Amino acid sequence: MLRGYGKNLALLVIAVFFFYGNLFAGDTIKFGISGAHSGDLASYGQPTVKAAELVIKDINSKGGILGRQVQIITQDDACKPEVATNAATKLVTEGVHVVLGHICSGATKSALGIYKDAKIVAMSPSATNPPLTQSGDYPNFFRTIASDDAQAKLEVEFAINKLEVKKIAVLHDKGDYGKGLAEFAKDFIEKSGKAKVVLYEGITPNAVDYSAIVQKVKQSDADALIYGGYHPEASKLIMQMRKKKMKTIFISDDGVKDNTFIKVAGKFAEGVYATGPKDTSKNPLAIAAIEAHKKNYKSEPGAFFLNAYAATLALLNAIEKAGAIDYEKITKALRTEFVETPLGKIKFDEKGDAIGVGFSMYQVKNGVYVEIK
Amino acid sequence: MKIKKMEYFFELFLGGLTRGSIYALIALGYTMVYGIIELINFAHGEIYMIGSFTALIVASVLTLKGFNQISILILASLAAIIYSGAYGYTLEKIAYKPLRHAQRLSPLISAIGMSIFLQNYVLLAQTSDFLPFPNLIPEFEFWEPYSHIIGSPQLVIILVTIIIMVLLTILIKYTKIGKAMRATAQDKNMAMLVGVNINHVISITFIIGSVLAAVGGVLIASHIGMINFYIGFIAGIKAFTAAVLGGIGSIPGAVIGALILGWTESFATGYVSSDYEDVFAFALLVFILIFKPAGILGHSDAQKV
Repeated sequence: MLRGYGKNLALLVIAVFFFYGNLFAGDTIKFGISGAHSGDLASYGQPTVKAAELVIKDINSKGGILGRQVQIITQDDACKPEVATNAATKLVTEGVHVVLGHICSGATKSALGIYKDAKIVAMSPSATNPPLTQSGDYPNFFRTIASDDAQAKLEVEFAINKLEVKKIAVLHDKGDYGKGLAEFAKDFIEKSGKAKVVLYEGITPNAVDYSAIVQKVKQSDADALIYGGYHPEASKLIMQMRKKKMKTIFISDDGVKDNTFIKVAGKFAEGVYATGPKDTSKNPLAIAAIEAHKKNYKSEPGAFFLNAYAATLALLNAIEKAGAIDYEKITKALRTEFVETPLGKIKFDEKGDAIGVGFSMYQVKNGVYVEIK
Repeated sequence: MKIKKMEYFFELFLGGLTRGSIYALIALGYTMVYGIIELINFAHGEIYMIGSFTALIVASVLTLKGFNQISILILASLAAIIYSGAYGYTLEKIAYKPLRHAQRLSPLISAIGMSIFLQNYVLLAQTSDFLPFPNLIPEFEFWEPYSHIIGSPQLVIILVTIIIMVLLTILIKYTKIGKAMRATAQDKNMAMLVGVNINHVISITFIIGSVLAAVGGVLIASHIGMINFYIGFIAGIKAFTAAVLGGIGSIPGAVIGALILGWTESFATGYVSSDYEDVFAFALLVFILIFKPAGILGHSDAQKV
């Protein structure tokens, strides 16, 4: 008899702890953020955290979502796929409800499976690798940026139709993002029939010197160079090309449309073309978001800030519309409910790409990227 | 067409020479330290990185004060040399000297630890961003006609590498401290018995190695035009490969190994594909080590017991 009581008591104690734990966990909505917060590419990841902080501070001061406060949990993946799986596992263990991230395509790809198994929605402000959505492997994945094939298409059309170049060299950094983009660019050039790919190669990231590959570009007589990759290599390439007095047109992607590129390459950056997200400086929400950033952090926002701002709004809006933290309901809300963001009015298609988000071509003029209309 | 082909070959040759000289400047430090105390100083790349950060800071301040280019180059290099030398000296005292009588793997782990520590220290104390590095090496006017083939910075890098190699060889072969270094390398206990202060010799070796790294840091950063906290690690690995290729412990060997590595990479990129740059470089390393296990100029002495 006594033993029976003891057992019940033990169960009761466990039950109390269990519910208490649940109650405690139910206090807040846990909003996971993962991306490069340190390392070479930290300048891509940090603005996302700031964007989410601004949105969530605002929402929390208005009473939160579904009557609950939103709590941010960050995990650094340093843009490395092998670190990203750890970061994702850690976020899942901490019980996050949705994830904003990751930043780089390779890292995002390696983390997505973990979120998929845990039935957590992940939304990236910056991962542009096409198969992430187009393969259909990750129904839990959404993004507020257009995919690379859109970028590559714009780069090639711009080169062929606007600049009227005939011979194009395509280089990439052998990474998921750069190589994917370069392959699309190569295909688009070949399909167009108006220009020829005279060189297609991958370069070794972080090398101390690119003079051999620069010589090879020179030897190939290319009128334009399309580079798929990030700004550290792009600035080394452009500096060595210009020092060798080569006038080859340099066209690149949003990995290069970063102010660090202009800061490092200095006068050599002048005239470089790069694609990047559409200019949203006329959008009132965007203006307000940038003002809030300036007020809170005393600086101009960095890369993908508005995309991250929009992604945070879209995620929180979907939770509110879903009425509960339920995977099925949240994904349905993301696909059906329009939301006003700094990027315009957006919702997501079946595959997870945002409808109404695209790229424009920019050029460096007097030390700043200017959108080409 | 034939002339164009020759010119292309020549340009690749010079590109490889520059790249090789860059590796050589760093490889010399690795090989010197190994020659004396048989330790692979993995933190050497970080000393190089600290050298270029020091130069950048000093150069920025001096540019604001309106100094001219030559004096900035000299003062910034001097500051980098002093700073890096001090780091090298301290590094040895803190991380390697207490472990001199420990088993061989302990100082190696200590070296890796110092490398990670210094990288993260610069990351936290400075920044994770890439910083633009001013072109400290002036464009010589007399060199202008040839600058499309090889720029003045590359020319300076190649010349400095040759000068340093010659000076080091003289230092080791013909001076008193050089003799003490050779004695220490051969047998520490015997050297002590005949009155060589080996602590002193080892400290000087580290300081010389670090000074070379600092010179490399200033020249290479001027050539590349940017630095961040991670450059030492990347350059260090390639330079270490070069030192092994040439026979670690040998000074001409480090330069020869570095040049061979530079040329292999340059020609592999030029004539095959840059996709396989590293593949060719390391395939060559394996190939040479199969036939000459101690490297091109290395001695395969019997292991001391």
